[in-house]
Amino acid sequence: MNAVTQKEKLTAKDFATDQEVRWCPGCGDYAILKAMQKAMADMGQSTEDNVFVSGIGCAARFPYYMATYGFHTIHGRAPAFATGIKLANPDLNVWVVGGDGDMLSIGANHLMHVLRRNVDLQVLLFNNEIYGLTKGQYSPTSREGTKSPSTPLGSVDRPIDACTYALGAGATFIARGIDSQQKHLPGIFQAASEHKGASFVEVLQNCIVYNDGVFNEFTDRDVAADRQVHVEAGKPLIYGADGNKGIRLNLKTLSLEEVVVGENGVTEADLLVHDPSNHTLAGMLAAMNGRDLPVALGVLYCSREDTYEAAVHDQINAAKSSAKITNFNDLLRTGHTWVAGG
Amino acid sequence: MTVATLQEAPPKRLELESAVVRFAGDSGDGMQLTGGQFTQATALAGNDLATFPDFPAEIRAPVGTTFGVSAFQINFGARDIRTSGDAFDCLVAMNPAALKVELKGLRPGGLLIIDTGSFNDRNLKKAGYDSNPLDDNALAAYQVVTIDISALTMEAVKDSGLSKKDALRCKNMWTLGYVYWLFGRDRTPTVEGLRAKFAKKPEIAEANIAALNAGHALGETSEVDFPGYHVPQAEIQPGLYRTVTGAEALAYGLAVGASLAEIPMFFGSYPITPASNLLHNLSRMKQFGVTTFQAEDEIAAACSAIGASYAGQLGVTSSSGPGVALKTEAIGLAIGVELPLIIVNVQRAGPSTGMPTKTEQSDLYQSVYGRNADSPVVVLAARSPGDCFEVAIEACRIATQFMTPVYLLSDGYIGNASEPWLIPDVDTYEHFPVKFHTETEGFHPFLRNPETLARAWAKPGTPGLEHRIGGIEKDYNSGHISYTPENHQKMTETRHQKIANVAKTIPDQDVEVGETSGKLAVVGWGSTFGPVSRAVQNLRDEGLDVSHIHIRHIWPLPSNLGELLSGYEKVLVPEMNTGQLLTVLRAEYLIPAKGLNKVAGQPFKIAEVEAAIRDELES
Ligand SMILES: Cc1ncc(C[n+]2csc(CCOP(=O)(O)OP(=O)(O)O)c2C)c(N)n1
Ligand code: SF4
Repeated sequence: MNAVTQKEKLTAKDFATDQEVRWCPGCGDYAILKAMQKAMADMGQSTEDNVFVSGIGCAARFPYYMATYGFHTIHGRAPAFATGIKLANPDLNVWVVGGDGDMLSIGANHLMHVLRRNVDLQVLLFNNEIYGLTKGQYSPTSREGTKSPSTPLGSVDRPIDACTYALGAGATFIARGIDSQQKHLPGIFQAASEHKGASFVEVLQNCIVYNDGVFNEFTDRDVAADRQVHVEAGKPLIYGADGNKGIRLNLKTLSLEEVVVGENGVTEADLLVHDPSNHTLAGMLAAMNGRDLPVALGVLYCSREDTYEAAVHDQINAAKSSAKITNFNDLLRTGHTWVAGG
Repeated sequence: MTVATLQEAPPKRLELESAVVRFAGDSGDGMQLTGGQFTQATALAGNDLATFPDFPAEIRAPVGTTFGVSAFQINFGARDIRTSGDAFDCLVAMNPAALKVELKGLRPGGLLIIDTGSFNDRNLKKAGYDSNPLDDNALAAYQVVTIDISALTMEAVKDSGLSKKDALRCKNMWTLGYVYWLFGRDRTPTVEGLRAKFAKKPEIAEANIAALNAGHALGETSEVDFPGYHVPQAEIQPGLYRTVTGAEALAYGLAVGASLAEIPMFFGSYPITPASNLLHNLSRMKQFGVTTFQAEDEIAAACSAIGASYAGQLGVTSSSGPGVALKTEAIGLAIGVELPLIIVNVQRAGPSTGMPTKTEQSDLYQSVYGRNADSPVVVLAARSPGDCFEVAIEACRIATQFMTPVYLLSDGYIGNASEPWLIPDVDTYEHFPVKFHTETEGFHPFLRNPETLARAWAKPGTPGLEHRIGGIEKDYNSGHISYTPENHQKMTETRHQKIANVAKTIPDQDVEVGETSGKLAVVGWGSTFGPVSRAVQNLRDEGLDVSHIHIRHIWPLPSNLGELLSGYEKVLVPEMNTGQLLTVLRAEYLIPAKGLNKVAGQPFKIAEVEAAIRDELES
């Protein structure tokens, strides 16, 4: 996108609109918005070449606050609108924003298809494990037993993991971040934007009104270091307050396990090294939920594949250059014709 | 006997002004191909014509059963042909099931051609016959020609080296050859067509040609007292013709319409009978810059098209009633954000799945009223296959000039049927180029053209016009989100007025046949055009005071329509539904119009319309 721009580099502020932001005070969405505005400035993006497309929900109000082009559409269908936009104008940098209800309930089908087609855009799923806008019903990511207005006795649905779903759908880029981590989020957005193909980013977002503290198990200050692993390509999966915890592959059970370097003869060489192109590893990392194993943050998976809109346009261009019939009058006169009357 | 006929002058063929022929057989018998070939030959012979392919609903029904019967009907003549015909003059029945299903459509005294080779006990039983209708008196009312087509075909192709099964497949060409003789058709284009089609398998081409020639030869040599028919050339508007189906004409019209708007076309669709053919046709038009997208469902199809419109292309989506139902929420959004969108609805019969392969006109309410809230759109209806071309261009014009969704109603009958089409010269069509907004001064996305009330269309990527749109109500003066009561009132009225303004740019309603006032106006829309106009013409020829008005712009209605209708004592509205246009006309003009309603999955017959008109005039 506009690799060489003559214009002055924009600041984060230039990406903010004059509209009053209408999220509840303390909502995690504010932080995500701030991180996005910073990412835009860091990337040297222009306001006119970026389009934010959203569905419906609190998260989906996002486009109104970005001083770019934006389209607030209907519940769950943003990926389909975005596909049309990207096919119509591949030069646009297209972002899709929605909540867990928007993208994994009503819109899960469209999410799957935009990912498996590998349309070059970024899908940002703000996961607060609840329906915010409709006042707190449980969502497809809510944990079993979640009490909500529609599940007063606790939900009995089994939840879905967003990153695992995206991986299964064939996403070529998967990342996870947390709303409050301003140090990491802009970089994740930038990596997603730079990836050619469908990028899927899950941002764990705190809904202060209906699901406050749902991620505390791994975001609370006193546990965060031990319950989060920030993955980086080529680096061992190491974390912890003392920097000595790590993730190892147990070859007998073919599952990941937490180990402590220096205990039981474990050395750093025993730890897994992050390779974002490793699909199997990505699946295992995505499934870590901060309870038995720490939650994995950063770019979990990245592989280069041809993009959908490029393939579509290649076909159109090939048809144009090889076509024998190139004007409508000739087209209408193909096949059997005859002269009548006169 | 052959020698004798050659020496005598050949008996003169019976002259007919028009004829309806129906080919019916098992799904595997190739009846659609036979009908298509006969259509080509008939067009080349200079007749006007209309066709009606009638497929079974099942993809592969068990061989020989009544629900596996596939038929192709053609009406052709020396005069202007407007329908695929009422009762058949000639029925070709390739097996007992076809006879069982189709016989009731043959007029008394009509010609019945039967392949006796397929009338064995097994097939008779499958078709539900207790006794062989060829042996009892069941066919006494008709002129019956019984031929063992199966055996004669095997005989004709015995040197071809084909397997028995492949050889028997040629029996449709044998039959075609015989019908060619019956109506004096030229075999040459068919022979050439077969050679081209089977260029890689010449033995198949030659076997088919041998069968075709054998069928023709039998006609020439068999019965001296049965001379065949002659249908003289029709007086048709001079020019270059081809046949076109509704699906083809729609595809051409949409692509041409987008080019007249001078923007690329984006087509998002999801397969559904009978709308899929449009997707198939447009998918082959990539060299014209048409992008086609087979979405994961109808909702995504509509949404992707709206996304493309947002990005500056002409978004088009298509489906049939049930699929259009799914698109409804997205169409509402397109109304709210005021983006162009064309929704093609190839209507079919019944609620939900209904009768997918049968035709109906029952989605008029769905188009005019079928959304939540006050959400007006434009609705257009095509009357015939060729007319789809013109209506599609009109849809492109209105959608882009008024920044609005436009419904384009076709139906299963129009979509599949073909008719001879005077090929238009695309260069003579007036362009209506889209002017994207580029002026940054004072810009907001809901700035309006004061005349049309269409909003400004600013393409993402344009510096200085960054803006956000969405379904939430917008302020009239700034385009920002607004919940104020007065503003919503004003925006609702503005959206309403914008669609009303479309009527200022459409032609006044004309009278198709007859006077601009009088005793009775028959008001039609869509594919009932053929039977209604023929019925009205027939009765006018008898001196009855009746006129035909056919509406293309269903919503908004033409400005003069109310006044025009008030000039008739009575108004009759024939529709293939229970009275949908009727309700609209009554509501709009407070006239005591009456309906003539047929919901049988089959087009009107001319006689049915004639009878209703007589009743109305006499009552
Ligand atoms: C077709 C349709 N169905 C239902 C709704 C109501 N609705 C709006 S947002 C929403 C759920 C939002 O939850 P989520 O996507 O998790 O976003 P959040 O508000 O938590 O950010 C629902 C059910 C709607 N707007 N449209
Ligand atoms: S309801 Fe929850 S998600 Fe929605 S704005 Fe408020 S805090 Fe944020």
